[in-house]
Amino acid sequence: MSSDGDNDDFVYDDEYEYDDGFDQDEEADEIDSTSEPDVYDALSPAIEEAPQKKPYDVTWKVKTLQEIIDMQNKEIKKIQSVLEVPPSSAAVLLRHYAWNSEKLQEQFWNDPATALQEAGLSPPSSPTTSTQPLPSGPFECPVCCMDYDAASLEKNTYAMGCGHRFCKDCWTEYLTGKIKAEGESGNIQCMEDGCSRIVREEVIDEMVAADVFKKYHNLLNAAFVADSPNLRWCPHPDCQYIIECNQAPTRMLDQLVPTVECKCGNELCFGCGHPASHRPVLCRVVKMWEKKCADDSETANWLQANTKECGKCNSTIEKNGGCNHMTCKKCKWEFCWVCMGPWSEHGTSWYQCNRFDEKSGVDARDTQAKSRASLDRYLHYFNRWANHEHSAKLDAEFYKKTEKKMEQMQNSGNLSWIEVQFAKQAVDVVIKARITLKWSYCMAFYLKRNNMTELFEDNQRDLERAVENLGYLLEQNIIDTDSIAKLRSDITNQAAYVQKRHDILMDDTLKGYLERRWEFAIPT
Amino acid sequence: MSALPKRILKETERLMADSPPGISAAPKDDNLRHFDVTVAGPESSPYEGGVFKLELFLPEEYPMNPPKVRFLTKIYHPNIDKLGRICLDILKDKWSPALQIRTVLLSIQALLGAPNPDDPLANDVAQNWKENQSAAIAQAREWTRQYAQ
Repeated sequence: MSSDGDNDDFVYDDEYEYDDGFDQDEEADEIDSTSEPDVYDALSPAIEEAPQKKPYDVTWKVKTLQEIIDMQNKEIKKIQSVLEVPPSSAAVLLRHYAWNSEKLQEQFWNDPATALQEAGLSPPSSPTTSTQPLPSGPFECPVCCMDYDAASLEKNTYAMGCGHRFCKDCWTEYLTGKIKAEGESGNIQCMEDGCSRIVREEVIDEMVAADVFKKYHNLLNAAFVADSPNLRWCPHPDCQYIIECNQAPTRMLDQLVPTVECKCGNELCFGCGHPASHRPVLCRVVKMWEKKCADDSETANWLQANTKECGKCNSTIEKNGGCNHMTCKKCKWEFCWVCMGPWSEHGTSWYQCNRFDEKSGVDARDTQAKSRASLDRYLHYFNRWANHEHSAKLDAEFYKKTEKKMEQMQNSGNLSWIEVQFAKQAVDVVIKARITLKWSYCMAFYLKRNNMTELFEDNQRDLERAVENLGYLLEQNIIDTDSIAKLRSDITNQAAYVQKRHDILMDDTLKGYLERRWEFAIPT
Repeated sequence: MSALPKRILKETERLMADSPPGISAAPKDDNLRHFDVTVAGPESSPYEGGVFKLELFLPEEYPMNPPKVRFLTKIYHPNIDKLGRICLDILKDKWSPALQIRTVLLSIQALLGAPNPDDPLANDVAQNWKENQSAAIAQAREWTRQYAQ
């Protein structure tokens, strides 16, 4: 990784400019993410001292769909008045320039006619709807070949500024198909072959049914969010919010893991859209890992359990019956399945190999071991990753069990509701730590072996142990009042310790990116 | 089967009455949306002298959706694969309902005269075309002689 001086002191402040194409003047100072959700604000205003923002954290805002629509309208209005074009043309221009209004204005003032034409609009001198006189005689629609007499042309046919006239039935069918079947919105062109004139919003409104027009608008909003590098839909089911974050452009994703929290209560990664936090692992490493797991893990597990490799040609062999005298189908090498040594040295001791320590057998197993080593290494990390993944999936059950225990403590230990909350808080901590641990194994798989990696694995091991201990304590049965008091203090202490170990691992790893401490055994 | 739209009737009529040079297209008796097509290889191309058979089908959504066209005669061309499928923009995303059977077939004929190995459908052919153009052209000529005459 190269380090250019600018990034060595990694501080996000107001000087850090990221041009997002929007007017930030009025918004620059509001920051949603560092303050707690509204409920807390209402109940305990004392919480104002928000947790200090770490250098690797990002700030973000959660937006509603309406706010997204307002953002677009505000931009459209601005461009409309600056360039003196109708609103729908301003919208077409902005979409063409992916909402980069500066670039749009530059190009427009350079050469308005070309800018309009490239975006698929009529040149400034000509109107948006065709002013060519209607054909005087009967007109045949070039698409459906239906004939229209001169009197009905005005009512039944339509041409945009480009002058390509078609009947309205064909327009309706064409536009409906584009919107509903092909999911197109902002770049639907004239029906004529080779004509790049864009069909504007008001034309679409006139031609299609209300539900199709609604879908058209949804697609426009989706395209707006997709076109804006600082916007992302919340990926959680049924969530309609959009996250805005200006601090995590693609080029920063080698140093940042921009975990954000949506108003729906779920976390996501702003960088890649992963529907949960994958800290402390970088987006591209997560992507690589998930691909590898999807491709390899099941197959690798099966191979590991059921096969061995031929000592000569390395073909993978499954023994599905018969004796230990194996003959490789590929290279005809004869060997013993038990010691992997050559069969010729077995003499007459068939079916019962007692030669495990003979040199040739050891050699054969060595080669095999080497070819297995990389597979084993992967499975080592994968199984730990999968184990935590599995535990995290059971968290609903974990909460349920703990709730029962909390009730029990309230009944038998004369504790108040407030006093037993420590158990739930401990479960929160365990679950959070398990997710972090899970990703830490993905990280470790790709890290190069060096001192830094050893420190990382020390931190990982400490957290792993602490979590196991806390998990064990949470499984304890409640016997009497005295033991409850002791258990309570143990759990509270251990939970605080887990939290501390968790924060250390997270903090150190995320800071490590900024300090360029981590070396990966993968192409960057 | 529903009645044939006026557009298809008119197009068929015009095609039968006046087909472009080197191109013929006639609907089958049992399905008027299914056409037997022949295209003559363009002059001074490796397909010159060959007559290529194609089939063309007009889907229910025609003309809002493009016709489906496929070569039946074996042909050595970087944009046409073993199954006769054609890589041509107007048959996909560049389709316009104002295009017609006639224009589609003319475009296919033009594609024979101007192969585009940078947008290949048949990878092996395209690679050969780029690396050893004269050999590829000789091969195309040979196949034309063998299968299209």
